[in-house]
Formats: sequence, structure tokens, C-alpha cells
Amino acid sequence: MNTVAAPRKSLSAVGSPDPKRQIDLYRQMLRIRLIEEAIADHYAEGEMRCPVHLSIGQEAIAVGACAALETSDKVYSTHRCHAHYLAKGGDLKRMMAEICGKAAGCVGGRGGSMHLMDIPKGVMASIPIVSSSIPVAVGSALADKRMRNGKVTVAFFGDASVEEGVFHESANFASLHKLPVIFLCENNLYSVYTRIDERQPNRPLTELAKAHGMHAAHGDGNDLDECHRLSVQAVERARNDQGPTLLVLDTYRWREHCGPAFDNHIGYRAESEFKDWEQRDPIRRYRERIGAALDATMESTMSADIMAEIEDARAFARATPLPDPGQATRHVYA
Amino acid sequence: MNAVAQGHERVITLADAIREGITESFAKDDSTFLFAQGVSDPSSMWGTLKGIGNKFGEDRVIEMPIAENGAVGIAIGAAIAGQRPIISFHRVEFALLAFEQIVNNAAKSSYISNGQHKVPLVIRMVIGRGWGQGPEHSQSLEPLFAYFPGLKVVMPAFAADAKGMLIAAIEDDNPVIFIEHRFLHYSTGHVPEGYYKNALDGPRIVREGKDVTIVATSHGVLEAMRAADVLHKIGCSAEVIDMRVLRPLNVAPIVASVSKTGRLITVDTGFVRFGLGAEIVASVMTEVFDALKAAPVRLGLPDHPTPSSRGLIPGFYPDSQRIVREAGKILALDQVKVDSALKELDIQRKDLQIDQPDPFFKGPF
Repeated sequence: MNTVAAPRKSLSAVGSPDPKRQIDLYRQMLRIRLIEEAIADHYAEGEMRCPVHLSIGQEAIAVGACAALETSDKVYSTHRCHAHYLAKGGDLKRMMAEICGKAAGCVGGRGGSMHLMDIPKGVMASIPIVSSSIPVAVGSALADKRMRNGKVTVAFFGDASVEEGVFHESANFASLHKLPVIFLCENNLYSVYTRIDERQPNRPLTELAKAHGMHAAHGDGNDLDECHRLSVQAVERARNDQGPTLLVLDTYRWREHCGPAFDNHIGYRAESEFKDWEQRDPIRRYRERIGAALDATMESTMSADIMAEIEDARAFARATPLPDPGQATRHVYA
Repeated sequence: MNAVAQGHERVITLADAIREGITESFAKDDSTFLFAQGVSDPSSMWGTLKGIGNKFGEDRVIEMPIAENGAVGIAIGAAIAGQRPIISFHRVEFALLAFEQIVNNAAKSSYISNGQHKVPLVIRMVIGRGWGQGPEHSQSLEPLFAYFPGLKVVMPAFAADAKGMLIAAIEDDNPVIFIEHRFLHYSTGHVPEGYYKNALDGPRIVREGKDVTIVATSHGVLEAMRAADVLHKIGCSAEVIDMRVLRPLNVAPIVASVSKTGRLITVDTGFVRFGLGAEIVASVMTEVFDALKAAPVRLGLPDHPTPSSRGLIPGFYPDSQRIVREAGKILALDQVKVDSALKELDIQRKDLQIDQPDPFFKGPF
């Protein structure tokens, strides 16, 4: 049944983006890193009064995948949604206000860090129950296919999601109906504090796609160009009515599952493992790849601009008011 | 009962009324589509889906893989994207597999998104009893769904209302749990042709009375009407209220009725414990405690699962006889008269088996 037509053009043959584009993608990753480090640095101040699940170390996947999408394309995310939200163009001030529980937050203080959304930018929802967003993303793709509007939806999720039945229910349906959806699995090896080999048999995650008759690809989730290239291919398949793709990208969460700190000392993983992955820092690797195209002046201006934007967003989040308690009863029904 | 239905002579079953509600909505709005398991099954879900695929095409009637949580999540995603899906579950128990999506995403997307998302979704669930369906094929679990703000939960009792409420549910921008008692699919009524809506706005008085208020849901409404008939013959005037909508709960018509009658009996298809009756009784007592002339009575299922054997279910379902007995107690009616009313109900039932729909309830209503 491998009758899938060859892509009209082989984007996989396209090499790295041009230097200007590379610098832009690098900047996006750096911006996400610096934003989340600022969240971590200031978390103890007690203004951000909700759980935060940081993506530090995993930025290349969010940026690479979202760079393959149009603004009108859609993403669904999880509890660990900051990077996806930012990479898809979500508003930083409204994100910081949401994490601080403010009325100006992207969902008015109703969701906090785990429920970020920016609908005009295509960040449709972040749903913090493992796999819960996956069928919703598939439904989004079903609606788009019915409306023939050419949009693509990406469901971001972690390696534990494939243990949930609803992942398989969604994959089966998406493959059966050739829906324009990408199942993007960020394999960071751990579900909270439990390693993948304690949870799953030793087989490539891409084999799960085969079971559902779905195309799959696997790559280095800490290599921005690879993340981008594989995402472009998956998006092209989806747009050309060739059906869904399971994209498995390997990466590593640097900090604790939930919260601002490092946690290598608590015993569930080895410091040496963390150090190995730190050597594969997606941002430093990409900086090296860009080389002299980004000179020292440009780089320091870039960092300074990002830090100024972060300070601006933090100041906004601090100053903007909490929601009125009366707002709590609104929007139970549409 | 329904202004639109009055004067209308056409009589059809509630199952056909539901099918008409779907086909009228399909004809009016291209964004509507249907998910169900077994859409090509000749029984077509008590006939409620019969012929719809042939008429509107496969892309409007999607065969649902045996994957309930996934299917509801997919429907939610499609609804958020502007479609109006309808999902049908042949048994409410299968919807339990979709509880996660219903509770976390259907019920909350409007709220969490601060009003930016709408989920115009109808989830049909069949409840009820009969033919030894037993503990996991015949439960009435509506209170589970009514627990959650953000869901609407409706339970039509009459064919015309079922069609009008289904069309209203499909037009509604919220997730609506549409609960059908399987015995009611065979009941008939005067049902208008064409596209019409009956508002999802709460209870209706379906029989006026002054001595006791009987609030019932779904099939229980028919039992209550039957009880009211024989009570009338022994001089007791019962007011019967069809709940119609469990959530959003509108107790005002019930409160007004109990203010008048001073007595309340609830009849619902689910368990008494932690059930709908508890919510209604508590809500009414909180508002009109002083009007009560007797302690309210809750009728429903006893505290054990539904056994399959007809040898084990006598007394399991609240019926018109039990309603009459309870009314007799709280109104202190003459026991001879109560016994005569019970005897009339015995005669009506003849030797009907408890596991079959009562032909008395065939209607038309």
C-alpha cells in the first residue's frame, strides 16, 4: 500500500536556510531561552503563582516546526507550552501577564502557564492532560479538510503521550482520513521523573506510526535545521493531501519537570547524562553553525533587545491589574 | 405541551422525530456532520440515523472507529474550528470512555479561553432499560454530566420536544449532552414537519394540578402522567413537570409549583443517592421551605447495579404505582381509594413483562 506519490519538489534536498533566515531562527531560540531563564530567575518572587513547565533545552523543536508553518496554520500544545506559544508568534506580554494571573493575560488569568493560547497566531490551545490535546488537533485538521482551506495543524506532545490510548485513537483516525495534521513527539526521555525505558519497550517510536499506516520521521531535536527540514516535509505532505506524519524528535529537558530549578541531584537521572545533553545545547550548536554571519556587535544588540523586551513584558505583567473576582463566573457558556 | 405541535395531526415515533431533527439541521447547515459507530448498521440506532448517509453523503456521516475518547476529542477540535458535529453513543456506558474529553475540553474550552472558543457539539447518549441489558448496558448516568458547568444536559420525554430540542442543541454554541431513554424511541407523538426549535430553557408543566408536584425526567415523565391520571380519578390533582433540561438548572418553575402544592415528588431514571432528585429537592427546600406541607419524596433507582434477570428487577424502576403510593402517603389519601388506583394500574399493565416497553406508553402523547 506504499503508493504515496513523491513530493512535487524535494525540500529534504534543501540545505540550511540562508544566513539571514538562520540568524532569525537563532534569535527566536535565544529569545525563548532568555524568557524562560527570566521566569526561572524571578519565580521565587512569588508573582508567578502557578506551576511552570520550562522548555529550556528543547527550543529547537518549537522554532524549527513553527518556522515551517504559516500564521494561519494551527498548533495545539501541552502543559509545557511556552516555547510553542512563542515560536508560533504568541504575544509575550500577554503570556507573562497570564503566568502572573492578570486580567490582561492571554486567557484572562483562567489558565496560567499551562493553558497558553493566542488564536490569531494559531496557538489554538494548550491542554495539560497528557495526550488530551491530540484528538482536538486531529479534529481541527478534520474541520480544515472538510472546509478545504489548506491549513495544517501540529499537535505537540511528549514521549509519554504515546502511552495513552487516545494517541492511538487519534493516529488511527487521522491516518484513515488522511488528515492534514502532524503528530510531533518531543522525546525528552522522561515522563516527570520516570525514564522512557521503564515505561516503554525498546523500539523506535516511529514504529508506532507504521502500526497506524502513517508516515514517520525521526531526527535530532537539538538540531534546528533538522527539526525545520523534517517539519517542512511533514507540512508539505499534509498540504498535499498525503496525510499525517509522526515526527519524533529527540531532545532533553534541562530543568525539573515542573518548576524553575535544576534537579540532577535528586537521583532520578545522572548529572553526567545532563552534561552530555548540555554539550548538545541546540542554541550553542546553531550559533556555531551560523559562524561569522552574526558578528559580535549584532549579537550583543540582539541579546540586549531581547532582554529589553523581556523586562518590558515583566514590567507590564507586574503593573497590569488582577482580574475582577466578578469575572470568574463569565464564559461558562458561550 | 408545545404550541408548535398543537393542532398537528401527524404522528411519528420519537426515534423518527430525532432523525428528522438531524436531517432538517443537515439540510440547513453544511457545517453539521455526524459521527457514530455502525452508521451502516441496518438497525441504524433505533432508526434515528436511517438513510441519512444516503441522503447527505459519506462526508456528513462519518463512521466512528471504536475509539470514544478520540472521537469526542476530534469532534471538539472540529467544533472549535467552526463545524457543528453530532456524536451518537448507542449506550451511555461507552461515553464513559470519553469522559476525559467531555469534562476537560468540551465543558471548559469556552471558560479557559476566556470566551474565545466555542464548542458547538451535540453528544447523544442512550440510557434506559430492557431485555436484560444489565449492569453495563442500561445505566442512567445523566447526573455525571450534569455535574459540570459548561455542559448543557437535556432529556426530552416527548417526540415533538425531542426534535425541537435536538435542532436547538445543534444550533447551540455549547456542548449539549442529549440523553435519550431507549424505551422512548418507540413512543409516538404529534410532531410538526420542517425546521423548528424548542428552547433549552428548562422545565415545562405538562399537566396542571394543585395537590402535589411531580417532577420527572425522560421516561419518568410518562410514568408520572400515568400516575396523575389515576390520582385524578380518586380526587387528587397532581401537577406534572417535565424537567427537559438538567443543566443549566432552572428550578424556578418547580419552586413556583411547590409554592402552590406544598408537596414534591421527584422521579428520575438514575440512582436516588447523589442523584438529580437530591439536587432538585435541595434547591426547592432552600427557596420555599415554609411552603412544604410534607417531606419531599425522591424516587429513583436503589443502591445497587442493574441486574440482567427479570427475576431480579421487580421494584427496581420507579413506576406509576410507586408514584401513586407515595402521593397517597404524603397527601394522607384514603387507602381504599389508593388501592383502587393501584388496581387500575395493575389492570392496565396486564401481564406485561418488566423488561419490555409498556405499550401504554406508545402514545401518541
